[in-house]
Amino acid sequence: MAMRSVLESLNQGLLRAFTAIPSVYLLGEDVLDPYGGAFKVTRGLSSAFPQRVLTTPISEAGITGLAAGMALRGLRPVVEVMFGDFITLIADQVLNHLAKFRWMYNEQVTVPVVIRTPMGGRRGYGPTHSQTLEKHFIGMPGLHVIAPAAIGDPGDLLYQAIHKTRDPLLFIENKLLYLLPLQSEEQADFTIETLPGADKPAWNGLPESTFPTPCYRLRVRGAPPATVTLAAYGYMAHIAQQAMLELALEHELFCELIVPTRLAPVAAGEIRASVARTQRLLVLEEGTRALGWGAEVLAQVAEAPGAGLRAAARLAALDLPVPASGALEALVLPGAPEVIAAALKLAEKQTLSI
Amino acid sequence: MIRRNCSPMTEANHSQHRYRALYRIRRFEETVLEKFPTGVFFGTTHTYLGQEANAVGVLECLQQGDIVFSNHRCHGHFLAYGGDARALFAELMGRATGVCAGKGGSQHLQWKNFYSNGVQGGIAPVAVGMALAEKFKGSPAVTVVFLGDGTLGEGVLYEALNLASLWRAPLLFVLENNRIAQTTPLELALAGAIAARFQAFGIPCTELDTSDVEPINAAAQELLGRVRSGDGPQALLLHTQRFGPHSKGDDTRTPQEIENLKRQRDPLPIQAARLTPEWIAQIQAEVDAEISAAFQQALADPFPTAEAL
Repeated sequence: MAMRSVLESLNQGLLRAFTAIPSVYLLGEDVLDPYGGAFKVTRGLSSAFPQRVLTTPISEAGITGLAAGMALRGLRPVVEVMFGDFITLIADQVLNHLAKFRWMYNEQVTVPVVIRTPMGGRRGYGPTHSQTLEKHFIGMPGLHVIAPAAIGDPGDLLYQAIHKTRDPLLFIENKLLYLLPLQSEEQADFTIETLPGADKPAWNGLPESTFPTPCYRLRVRGAPPATVTLAAYGYMAHIAQQAMLELALEHELFCELIVPTRLAPVAAGEIRASVARTQRLLVLEEGTRALGWGAEVLAQVAEAPGAGLRAAARLAALDLPVPASGALEALVLPGAPEVIAAALKLAEKQTLSI
Repeated sequence: MIRRNCSPMTEANHSQHRYRALYRIRRFEETVLEKFPTGVFFGTTHTYLGQEANAVGVLECLQQGDIVFSNHRCHGHFLAYGGDARALFAELMGRATGVCAGKGGSQHLQWKNFYSNGVQGGIAPVAVGMALAEKFKGSPAVTVVFLGDGTLGEGVLYEALNLASLWRAPLLFVLENNRIAQTTPLELALAGAIAARFQAFGIPCTELDTSDVEPINAAAQELLGRVRSGDGPQALLLHTQRFGPHSKGDDTRTPQEIENLKRQRDPLPIQAARLTPEWIAQIQAEVDAEISAAFQQALADPFPTAEAL
């Protein structure tokens, strides 16, 4: 049987949610069949559930607000924002409405809304259709941010989120993940372990997650103990894997890669545990570098008592817009060669230079 | 016809009930402004003085299960909905017994099917979503959302009008045009006509310029009847007058201007004209006692502790 892609997995997760849960609705632009959504994650959904799949006008803030109202009245809406770049249009709804209601109304309501959006570049879409913007939402109290990688079962993660969340949840799908095959524990080049989940995430007003958000540890199969920890999520985890293989085979530098699916509330426990062994941490992300996910993870690791951190670095996009030209885009967004160079540099460092 | 959905009352009872509801809001808000300088309340407040007939007239038409979404100027709506004065005072005072245990404050209330939020415009799509959810669930409940003229400048409102009409949400938009947004008069902020904004989206708009609770109630009853029978969203445009400042101490109108408004547009004397002096005195005495007791009780209530976080 052919390996499933991330796209197929997410599509099946949505179908499963609609089949199992009568209160699930989907709102999004161009989601009806035969088109089935700009990235086809919703393909087949409107044919199977015509009453509950609502194609909407181009009104991202409006439909996100609508979803909040539906959730306050007992439904479980899913919103598709066609491009992740457009989450700026829903920022007020998310920050001042969805993520506030449960807390400011003193736990008298719940707001189970899942907002899915394709994020990221490397397709030449240019400055307003290629960004990685979730870092702007990671510091919002009351909001879950989840991002699958091509590991495990992203469709199940989406299903669990739709089924069980009690709070608004932003589900980030990197566009280049869609066509990747899912990796399982039988993967040839890597061992993949599902970690029990991080320690309790930093408090941001949310009750403990009502569903598991797995964290994965990948090592090159047969490699000696790692001396560098890589931390990455989404498609950057895929790039990190490419780099790990070359680092192992060409440079005899062995890394272990920690791939969380939960971005917010930030939970760095598994990364910390890895750093306790390797003492070196390279944090990878496709978003811009300043004040990003990597900065927060690094801070949490460094703050932990006895962190044992000897060397640390962030690799991220340059603090620039994402250019349309492939020649320039490759210079702005971090790829495997940059990961390799950063890991080698980090390994040479004997002590933190800061 | 007009009061077909209201609990059976005699004409006199009805007038008394309405006067009591109007006067209750008036006394609550006067107490808020009077006590604010003593430092008992946190933050700020937006009083409903002068606009009382809108809340009382519209919300008298509610039926079991109906939903109300209000805005920053929500005290009058909350009290007319049946909210408890002590819990509202306590919320303004940041007490554990407040409507939301002191976490929300003046603009952020939730009790039964009543909700409010203080960000302009954002509540409109949320209210559309609530109305649609009830429709999808097959419930007979309808939703009423209160907006102000200041909100007409917010873009998301027009997304909400479009979606409400497109999907025939069982929703009544009540737009209270008090002609001033904080300190900015309407003519410096608004082009075109207000009613035409609703009508452009296919939402019928009924327009009233009165402070008399009776015609407001009649219009709301008529429009909610249409909403309940599946005619889609309706709009009620109520031209009104705000007697108090936007919040406190930020009124740029002249005292003379405000005195004129009070003389011409006070809903309380209009309603009082339908009652005997004895009834007026009795209602006032009862409400004065209720509001005073509510204030004192709230003042004695405990502050929330760290566990509330």
